[in-house]
Parts: sequence; C-alpha cells; structure tokens
Amino acid sequence: MPSAGYVLAALTTIFVITFALRALPFAVLEPLRASPYIAFLSRYMPVGIMLILVVYTLRTVPLTSGWHGLPEAVALAVTIGLHLWRRNALVSILVGTGTYVVLVNTVMATAA
Amino acid sequence: MALVPLGIAFGLLVVQAGLAWWWAPLFSIFIYAGSLEFLAIGLIVAMTPLAQIALATVLVNFRHVFYALSFPLQAVRGRAAKTYSMYALTDEAYALAHHVPAAERSTARILWMQLQCQGYWVLGGILGALLGTALPTIPRGMDFALTALFTVLTIDAFRVTRDVPSPILALLSALIALVVAPDQMLVVAMGLFVVALTARFLLGRRAGRRAGRRPGGVSAAGTAVEEGTRA
Repeated sequence: MPSAGYVLAALTTIFVITFALRALPFAVLEPLRASPYIAFLSRYMPVGIMLILVVYTLRTVPLTSGWHGLPEAVALAVTIGLHLWRRNALVSILVGTGTYVVLVNTVMATAA
Repeated sequence: MALVPLGIAFGLLVVQAGLAWWWAPLFSIFIYAGSLEFLAIGLIVAMTPLAQIALATVLVNFRHVFYALSFPLQAVRGRAAKTYSMYALTDEAYALAHHVPAAERSTARILWMQLQCQGYWVLGGILGALLGTALPTIPRGMDFALTALFTVLTIDAFRVTRDVPSPILALLSALIALVVAPDQMLVVAMGLFVVALTARFLLGRRAGRRAGRRPGGVSAAGTAVEEGTRA
C-alpha cells in the first residue's frame, strides 16, 4: 500500500498540471475570442469531445472475449434510450449504471 | 444532480482499491477532474513514478486546453473568482456553462454552478467511501457511471447544435486513435478531431467564397458554414 506522503505528492503533481492546463490557455487565448475560427470551434467542438470521452471510457471493453461487449452495449442503449425519452441526466446515469452493475454481476458475469 | 451517484461510485472504488475513506474528498479537491480521479486510483495504488503520473495527467487532461476557447470566463469578475473558476473547469462545468443562457452568465451564476458541481462531487465521494467501508463487498461495474455521464453530456451537447458531421468526425478520430495509438488514445483522438474541424472550417470558408459572397469576407464565410451545416 502506498505511503500517505507518496499519495500526497502524486495528488500535488496532478493538481499543478491540471490547474496549469485549465488556466494558462485563458491568458493566451483571450485576444482570440473575436475570431470566427474560435467561434466555429466553440460551437462544434463540445459534442465531439464528449463523444471521444465516451469511447475513451469504453476502450478496455473486451470485444473478442467474454461477453464481447454485450453488457456495455445493453447498458449504453438503456442510457441513450432513457435520455432521449426522459431528458433527465440523473435518471439516465443511475439506471444505465444500475443496468450495467446488475448485468456484469449476474447473467453476464465473467470470471474475474 | 448527476454528480452524486458518480461521486458515490468514485468513493466506492477508492475504498475498493484499499485506500482510506478520507482520501476520496482529498482526491476530489486536489485533482478535481472526474475521469483522471478514477484513473489516478489505479496509478497511485500501483505506486507509479511521479513523472509517469505527470505525463498521464497531461494526456488525460489536455482536453481542458480546448475548453478555454469557449468557456465564458469573461463573465466571471474578480481575481479569486476567476482563479476558482479556472481551477474548477471540469468537463461538467464546461458543458453546464453552455446551458446558462448568454444573457444570464454572471459571476454569481457561474461560480455557484461550479461550487455546486464540486460540492455534490465531494459529498458523493465521501458517501461512497463510507458506504464502501461499511459494505462487505463492493459490486463490480460501478465505473460505468463515467461512461453514462459522458453519454448523457454528448446527447445534451448534440441537442444544442443538431449538427451531425461533428460527432461523426469525433467518432472517426476516436476509432483511428484507438487503432494507431491505444495508449495515448485520448490526446490523439482530440488532436485529430480538432484538425478535422479546422479542415471543415477552411473548406466551408472556401465554399462560401466560391458561392459569390463578398471576397475575403470572413464573417460572410462564417455564415455560409452555419447555413451549409444546417441544411
């Protein structure tokens, strides 16, 4: 088990870099806000970034073994379906995650 | 608030990894970047060298550089308020800021939204960690909460623009990155996506010129792009 000192050092490292990544671009980009290119990016970028994050969280799903990503596909379909229907983020996330937890612990359990 | 159950999942995973429950709120204050916090649990328990943790942080959180392009920080007044606003510029805060109508964006409105996000997230983390301490075993699959969260944010972001090419370009970027650079998938995918969007912007501008609009008129070209993608 890691020592408290190591965990704190790791957390501080992450804190400094994360803050720098979030704060420094503002100093550089403030004058660029009037540009039509920036306006274009700010309009069309968010949906794509979020979609890339979805794929990122699913990148370790085993497609060639076990259940071939079926529990993920089912839970994803439930999340998307619920969100298109009810438009309630909390309900979509809770039920989607609940579906997944139930699936991987019962009918689609794999030896882990 | 969707961040509470997600925080609970995070707290559960902290305890499941063998860390004391009070590390959950400390992670959420020091790191305060959901996906990286989940990732950091694994890295820290494996006693990964700090240099590697630093690199992973740059790669996973590099997307925040792009958030500065359009986050309405100009609506936040005051040095301390701006500093907190930048510190708490998470994926969720970025997405939620766009839900606030431009006319209603004020220091109080944006800071309150960000404080609520972090409050719910820290609270959820503590609840989850305490729950995990009390439970004999922690169910598998709680980490799907992160996938579900980003799925919901994707759908919400899509509803703002109703634009189909952007998510398709993003999906292609993600798939190419998965094949070409699976270890740096996130940064490669986001880099490819920005390049693709830039190409789309330049093509739209050229098409706008060819259609006989005012030569070199940047604002006219911007309008042409909007119209072209809505059609």
